[in-house]
Amino acid sequence: MNGSATNPANRGNLSAILDKHESELLAQWIAEQLGSITLRRDLMKESELRSQSGHFLSLLRAAAQKNNFTDTSRPEWDAIRDLLTDVSKSRATQGFTPSETAAFVFSLRSPLLGMIQREAGIDTSATASDLNSAAALLDKLGLFTFEEYQKTREGIINRQQQEMMELSTPVVRLFDGIVAVPLIGTLDSARTQVVMENLLQRIVETGAEIAIIDITGVPTVDTLVAQHLLKTVAAARLMGADCIISGIRPQIAQTIIHLGVDLQNVTTKANMADALVLALKTMGMVITRGQKPSRAPVHEK
Amino acid sequence: MERIPILKMGSFLLVTIQVDMHDQLAMNLQDDLTERIVKCNSKGVLIDISSLEIVDSFIGRMLGNIAGMSSILDAETVVVGMQPSVAITLVELGLSLKGVRTALNVEKGMALLRNALELDEEGDAGSED
Repeated sequence: MNGSATNPANRGNLSAILDKHESELLAQWIAEQLGSITLRRDLMKESELRSQSGHFLSLLRAAAQKNNFTDTSRPEWDAIRDLLTDVSKSRATQGFTPSETAAFVFSLRSPLLGMIQREAGIDTSATASDLNSAAALLDKLGLFTFEEYQKTREGIINRQQQEMMELSTPVVRLFDGIVAVPLIGTLDSARTQVVMENLLQRIVETGAEIAIIDITGVPTVDTLVAQHLLKTVAAARLMGADCIISGIRPQIAQTIIHLGVDLQNVTTKANMADALVLALKTMGMVITRGQKPSRAPVHEK
Repeated sequence: MERIPILKMGSFLLVTIQVDMHDQLAMNLQDDLTERIVKCNSKGVLIDISSLEIVDSFIGRMLGNIAGMSSILDAETVVVGMQPSVAITLVELGLSLKGVRTALNVEKGMALLRNALELDEEGDAGSED
């Protein structure tokens, strides 16, 4: 790839081919893409594909005039990289697979190389060099597409994780002075931190004396999760609120004992209802059964 | 020398920490408080740390120690108004202040102390019978 200095004429060749045959190349490329099995007609309209391809080729032509095909990180390739980023992003969110996304650039290879060959005629030495640089260029752009696709996907995953983290840790006020945290999903350090902060903040806001941590939705409790729970309980206690852990399923009770986790100092209840009753009792409240309200008026209307 | 005021309220002592604690301040408080408990024959100590925003392991341990000393001198000790960030820090430092009573605010802490003392008196009365 050190030909840029030694053979500038051939470099100009690629640019000249792009100038001369842009529309023909575009037609061939689109035909190639439309005929390919990686085309997802269910996800993208043909018109969108046409406009993306046309835009790409015109930008490629503009960038090719600088005759630098080896380093695509240079400013003249900025526009093309932006376009590819957009294409990758939109395809990643539309649900394209990575190869279907990369096929956008790679499908240009066959029309472009064919064009170079045809144009060069019998001058094989020039052809080889042109083919080489064109292929290398497309490979680079293809890989770039791939990376952008990956980045977008990672962004989506990160965002979803973040959303899950925020969504799954609500602190509910059950009664005057009683708050509850229904935990759903695995408790790792990061989530414990969020849960703890949310819970303590709510304890301050509501002045709650009792916090119920419900772990019905926690699939497994290992020593680490137990430790995180105990930390939360200790922190709430430091703030002056008592904690009750509820929703301990039979398997979880077995695991906790088998692991030798010490939950003796924490009040535990099998379900949230028991925990609530205990909480009310601790606060000196009594639940009595009164007269059932008549339901009839509700049904009439 | 800088000191943290200790207020006497009936048979209780009230300590409000309004400034950021540094090591010497905590040591002074320890001396002053134990002396006052003995002098006033106090039955309860309430330590309000709602203005305390930064704790390190030393201050955390001092809080535990002060509470422990008060307990030995037969005064119920309640630490009230701990900030969430302080609570998290103490737990992460492994200082969960076992054996120290806590309450959300001064009002609840006072109620807790009164309850504890009433129970004590009832218990004493019961044993005399």
